[in-house]
Amino acid sequence: MRHIISILIENESGALSRVAGLFSARGYNIESLTVAATEDPSLSRMTLVTRGNENIIEQITKQLNKLIDVVKLIDLVGSSHIERELMMLKIKTTEQTRAEIRSLVEIFRGQIIDATPTSYVIEMTGTSEKLDAFVAAANPDSIIEVVRSGATGISRGETGLHL
Amino acid sequence: MELSGGQILIQSLKDEGVEFIFGYPGGAVLHLYDAIFQQDDVKHILVRHEQGATHAADGYARATGKPGVVLVTSGPGATNAVTGIATAYMDSIPMVIISGQVPSPVIGSDAFQEVDMVGITRPCVKHNFLVKDVTKLAETIKKAFYVATTGRPGPVVVDVPKDITDPNIKVPYKYPKKITMRSYNPSVSGHKGQIKKAVELLLSAQKPVIYSGGGVVLGEASGQLTEFTQLLGYPITNTLMGLGAYPATDKQFIGMLGMHGTYEANMAMHESDVIIAIGARFDDRVTGKLADFCPYAKIIHIDIDPASISKTVKVDIPIVGEVKAVLEHMLELIKESKAKPHKKALDAWWNQIDQWRSIKCLEYDRDSSLIKPQYVIEQLYEVTKGRAYVTSDVGQHQMWAAQYYLFDKPRHWINSGGLGTMGFGLPAAIGVKLAFPEADVACVTGEASIQMCIQELSTALQYKTPVKIINLNNRYMGMVRQWQEFTYESRYSHSYMDTIPEFVKLAEAYGHVGIRIDKPEEVRPALEQAFALKDRTVFLDIMTDRTENVYPMIEAGKGHHDMKLRVALGTPTDRELA
Repeated sequence: MRHIISILIENESGALSRVAGLFSARGYNIESLTVAATEDPSLSRMTLVTRGNENIIEQITKQLNKLIDVVKLIDLVGSSHIERELMMLKIKTTEQTRAEIRSLVEIFRGQIIDATPTSYVIEMTGTSEKLDAFVAAANPDSIIEVVRSGATGISRGETGLHL
Repeated sequence: MELSGGQILIQSLKDEGVEFIFGYPGGAVLHLYDAIFQQDDVKHILVRHEQGATHAADGYARATGKPGVVLVTSGPGATNAVTGIATAYMDSIPMVIISGQVPSPVIGSDAFQEVDMVGITRPCVKHNFLVKDVTKLAETIKKAFYVATTGRPGPVVVDVPKDITDPNIKVPYKYPKKITMRSYNPSVSGHKGQIKKAVELLLSAQKPVIYSGGGVVLGEASGQLTEFTQLLGYPITNTLMGLGAYPATDKQFIGMLGMHGTYEANMAMHESDVIIAIGARFDDRVTGKLADFCPYAKIIHIDIDPASISKTVKVDIPIVGEVKAVLEHMLELIKESKAKPHKKALDAWWNQIDQWRSIKCLEYDRDSSLIKPQYVIEQLYEVTKGRAYVTSDVGQHQMWAAQYYLFDKPRHWINSGGLGTMGFGLPAAIGVKLAFPEADVACVTGEASIQMCIQELSTALQYKTPVKIINLNNRYMGMVRQWQEFTYESRYSHSYMDTIPEFVKLAEAYGHVGIRIDKPEEVRPALEQAFALKDRTVFLDIMTDRTENVYPMIEAGKGHHDMKLRVALGTPTDRELA
């Protein structure tokens, strides 16, 4: 099952490699990993998407908690949460395909943020599933490149992951 | 007080109460060594190889409970230390390793003797630091000791670039008395409700087993464990790392469990209905085949590390906490409880255990004309009256020492259980002897293991650490040979060295006493002679039966109830080895 683990970690050099190293050393897989400083510059927030059965996810969260630099973490899946991922997709366009692409972008509530006579860059945010759906709907032969941020997430309601 | 980085580091160690640093100098740590030269409080022990420094510090830590301290230079000094760091990590030994690093401005430029020590050690340390600012040095050292010694202990590396220790840059020095880290809160006392449930389950047991490990030694909970066990009257087995936490000579002790554990311990585990694991981590050498592990038992597990719980074996009542505090709480509840252990069920259980005991799984051929390694350990036990500190290397000799030397006290059995590091025994013995100069210290080893760190014989002379080396010389890498005999149809691939040094001469060359022993009747007098030579390191080169195997044995992929026993095989002394 897919899990989104949100981690509050000391913003020290090497913190990212401690997390990434843990995953490779213990044979866990990382589907995506995003990291950036928070409003408190001494802390980073990391969002990690991984897959595994209940036992593996339990071990992953325990092993992450064991890292000295990790302050707190939660597994967002299992409680009510919002997930977003940013994608930029560059696609070849022709006279004939432009209208179709524009309407597809509209359906998925994306935006065209760059255009040349032969290409568009489309920006889209949403759940990873939605982005997957858009990529599947686009003509694979016309996709030039796809850049995705990896998922980030936040819990719904008043509670949150903070000190 | 204004000090240079080099002085700050040494002063911090002094303020931390450090007695010994085990180290080896080199370019990146020259400022530090100059600071060491200018003081006498912290004694530096010069080893002959950085691996030796880590094992000696490790031995010191295991015997005393205090953190071991290592100082190595950058590059090869740092990489040589890695085996010893990983050894300490696998057995949760508190250690602080200070490694020199090339000057900050050239980090990343492939400078002479540069290696990414923080990167290399990341998977085998509890934590590591790269010091980037001399004003943070004292605080970093304090953090290193705090992290290394609290919670589940472990090694911590502090990588110090050369410019940080520059004697010309002086900054105010103050060693923090206390430190708090928002991301690290190690102290936990155990969930009260879980403890209550555990006690209820324990008191309802018909066939209970107490299975305790190295966590009891590390957590200084041997006294609590002993009281707990004797109050309940339940059988207790120890892991390899837990030996000595409960007196091995007591009648409730049913021996070590696991791959080379006793028949009675493994059978009791297999048949039990309630197991309480205390400071033990269900290592694969203990559990055997997981699917067959304790099929009838409900399991209680006390561990300070939540990640140890349900890692390999799913447990019914987990308790995260310090073993000492949890056991004390349990003792109170048991004493208050109206429920008492089931006398009748327990009698039947002990009868069953005594039947298993009666096969005498550790018996061996005592009439052999060859020296039996088991006999040597039994004699070592008698000559030292069971009171010696015994270190070991890794292999058959390690298992025999664990099986035949009956440890009654914690911290006296010192071996590399998790990583299984050959070469550990001799430097570890030196570390122990430095801590306890008056105690008998024996290093049980084999002719293969001892050669992995034999250069430390020179250190033993320099610092007058008269340890006794008990070399069980069977001219084979015995454990490798045993596995090849059992599972590779006796194809002894490279488990033998064509040339083995004359250890007597080698010992003498290093300035020690060497004695070779060829006959069983020479063993006892030689041991007595060795331990009578109080101020000399003695190397006993004992020619043992080459064909001897370690029994009982649970072979890879088998369960506790499926043991290979010597009794079933006869005594194979006359077997010709190919």
